[in-house]
Formats: sequence, C-alpha cells, structure tokens
Amino acid sequence: MKREPMTVLSDATALGAAAPQPMVRFAGVTKRYGALTVLDALDLDVAPNEKVAIIGPSGSGKSTLLRVLMTLDPLSGGAIEVDGEPLTHMRKNGALVPASAAHLRRVRSKIGMVFQSFNLFPHMTALANTIEAPMHVLGLSRSEATERARELLSLVGLDDKCDHYPSQLSGGQQQRVAIARALAMRPKVMLFDEVTSALDPELCGEVLNVIRRLGAEHNLTMLMVTHQMGFAREFADRVCFFSQGKIIEQGPPQRFFTAPEHERTRQFLRAVHEAV
Amino acid sequence: MNNLFDVHYALQILPALLRASAYTIAITLIGFAIALVLGLGFAILRRSPIKPVARTVGFVVEFIRSTPLLIQVYVLFYVLPTYGVTMSALTAGTVGIAVHYACYTSEVYRAGLNGVPRGQWEAACALSLSPWRTYAGVVLPQAIRPVVPALGNYLVAMFKDTPVLSAITVVELMQQAKNIGSETFRFLEPITLAGLFFLVISIASAQLVRRVELRLRLP
Repeated sequence: MKREPMTVLSDATALGAAAPQPMVRFAGVTKRYGALTVLDALDLDVAPNEKVAIIGPSGSGKSTLLRVLMTLDPLSGGAIEVDGEPLTHMRKNGALVPASAAHLRRVRSKIGMVFQSFNLFPHMTALANTIEAPMHVLGLSRSEATERARELLSLVGLDDKCDHYPSQLSGGQQQRVAIARALAMRPKVMLFDEVTSALDPELCGEVLNVIRRLGAEHNLTMLMVTHQMGFAREFADRVCFFSQGKIIEQGPPQRFFTAPEHERTRQFLRAVHEAV
Repeated sequence: MNNLFDVHYALQILPALLRASAYTIAITLIGFAIALVLGLGFAILRRSPIKPVARTVGFVVEFIRSTPLLIQVYVLFYVLPTYGVTMSALTAGTVGIAVHYACYTSEVYRAGLNGVPRGQWEAACALSLSPWRTYAGVVLPQAIRPVVPALGNYLVAMFKDTPVLSAITVVELMQQAKNIGSETFRFLEPITLAGLFFLVISIASAQLVRRVELRLRLP
C-alpha cells in the first residue's frame, strides 16, 4: 500500500472529548482517487456496541468508508481512531508518526471485515479458512484454533460443513463461513460490506439471521453497508445516509425511515420503495 | 556402405550414450529445480513496491530472456575466468541453463500472480496476515496451480536445450552421439538413438507434469 502524505493530528487530547470514548472515530476523513473525491472531510463517531447501517446510492463512498477503516486503501486526509488508538499513525515520544507495520497489524486485528464477494480462500476447507488467521497472527496452537473455529462455524450453523471447500458450498453458506472467519480473530468492530448483495433473496435470510444473532449475543460494534432497508430498520441503532462522500442525514431508524429531513434522503427512500 | 539401421552396432554404443544421457537428465533436473525457485524469487521481486528493486530485476530478467542461451554459457565458461571466476563446464552449463530458464519461469509466475483475484489479497489484509503468510498460505497456492502446465512446458524445453551446452565442452547426450559418430563415420545409429532418448525423456516428463497437475487439482 502506498502511504500518501496526511494532515497530522493536532493534539491527541483534543480528540478524546466526551465520554464514553467512541469505538471508531472518523475525523475529517478524505479519500481522493485523482481528481475524484470519494469521501469529503467526513466526521463520524461510532459508540461501542453500536450497530450503524450505512445506506445511499452507488458511488457515494459507503464501501470506501469501510475500506479505509480496514486499511485496504490509504487516506488522502484526516484521521481514524479505533478503540482510542490512532489507526494509521502511532504515538512516539509524544508526537504522531506513521504507524509501523506491527502497530498497524495490531490495531487492524481489532477490526474484522466481511466482503460482498465472500473472498474465501478456495484452496482451503471451511475449517482451514477459519483457523488460518488465529494460528498465524494470534499464535494459537492448531488444536486451540480448531476448537475456536468449530465453535464459530457452529454459531453460524455450519458445523457439518467444516471439511467442505468453498466451491462445494452455496453462496449463503460461503458468506456465513466468511463471517465465522472474520470472528475468529475476536475483533471488536465488524464491517459488513453489502454482504447480501451477491445472494438471492432466499439465501439473504440465513446470513441476516446470523448477523442478528451476533448483534444480540456478542459485544460487537458493527458498521454495515447495506441495501436491505427492512433489515436496517429493524436491526440498526443508527442509520446514515451517504451521498457524494458526505453524510447527508443520520439518526435512529424509527425517525429516519418515517420522517427523513433532507430532500435527497426522501428521494432515495422513495426510489427504494418503488423498487420493492 | 550399409544404409540400413545396424541394430548390432546400436546396441554396442548404447551404454556410452546412456552414461551421457545421465548427464543430460542430471543437468536438466538440477537446473529446473533452481529455475523454479529462482524464477519465483524474480517474479516476487518484480512486484516489489520498492521501485529500484523492481526495475533492476525487471531489466535483468528481460536481458537474459532476450539473449541466446549459447552466448550466456559462453560468457560463464570462457569470459568469466578472465575476471577470476572459474567453474567447471558442468557447473557453468547448469548455472547458465538454470538462470536462463528462471527468467522464463518468472514470467509464468508473474502471470499466475496477476491472476489471483484482488479480493484474496484484501481478505488476507482484513485478517492481518503477514506478507509472508499472505504469499505462502493464500496467494501462491492459487497462483501456481493454473500455471503448472506452462512450467512443465519449460521442463521439456530445457531437456531439448541441453545440447547447447556441448559448445562449452559438456559431454552430454548429443555431444556423445556426435563423438561416436565421428569416430566410426556412422552417424545414423547414434543420432537416432539420441533422438529416441530425447523423445522418451520428454514424453515421460510431460506425463509427470500431468500427474502433478491432477494431484494439485481442488475438489
């Protein structure tokens, strides 16, 4: 990944204002691809255990937000903090310097991501996919990692598919393995990037059920980019509407879906209604 | 002069040719093993984010690929000694053919690496896998599987290129056949036998590669 020059955070104390401390903080985050600005000085705080649904038209920057948080793409400006620590920088002798690879890996391992196209490792079984990271990043022994993996695959309802390869699983099953794989690192934050967009309506349900269970049974902060309005309405604590790299409107789903304030939001929700 | 194939004479010269073919096979197998590993190294270095490294390796690979093997082994055996680097003909020949083919295999590996979907790199990043683990556990198993036939191609090509080494006095199969022929002025039998050896060895290699391909196939 190429490191682009960033605006340096002013003073660490200026950020940690109100308690409780946000689990994820985007401060003035900007992402540009050449002349195109995809994220425009975005500010967003996500509280611990909060479930945030991110909706909006394509090209509005929703997936990019998750991608810069997951460090898949470098920032063009601004800063991100995870669990109180800066993500792409680290504090050294009171100053902020670009993060070392070790710091980056440590902070990044608090975040897990599930992708639209699953991205399972095709040459490994479901079990092998799930034990890969705990064994080689967290240093668990094979038996410890396998035990954790079996627990998680059972949690997502796939304990009989441990020894199957991704090519032998349906889309919904593959996505559930992907969720188990991300959870194996015991992240504090889970990112879901349009995880049901590649699934047919019947298989959507099984994945959304797993996410519901996760939300109910575990302490996880979740950011979900989704087109599933019904799910967002029922599951999310907060809904954010993105357009052209900015958050146009955000709020609890009850108010957001019934009485949106901005015209752009109303326009988008109308189109969603018409599509159904 | 008897123009028909003299089987009796052929059987007489067979042991000498077999001994020489042992050199051919040894040079090829050792050279190929080196080319497989070195080629992978070149391919990965060419993708390095450190520009000078990527460019230097790229230049070296292109240079070696674009010049004949014959010239390269000449340099190794006849030119380097003037700079104090001497090696036996066998060593020079093996090193020369190994590095030459490493540049071909590096291009094959590069194609394989480029063919691994971006999502795989992203998933490895999302799981915080180290660069070593990303390559060894995720990317290489997916990059190498589809290019095994192309790599096997170069194994067969290398076998057939070993006669080039006769130019630096390596007595491999072809050179031995020529020597026997020029002693007795009967070239038909030694050349035919040499040709048959190459045919058999090449077919056997192709079969071996096919079996490796099948074993690596995913369910």
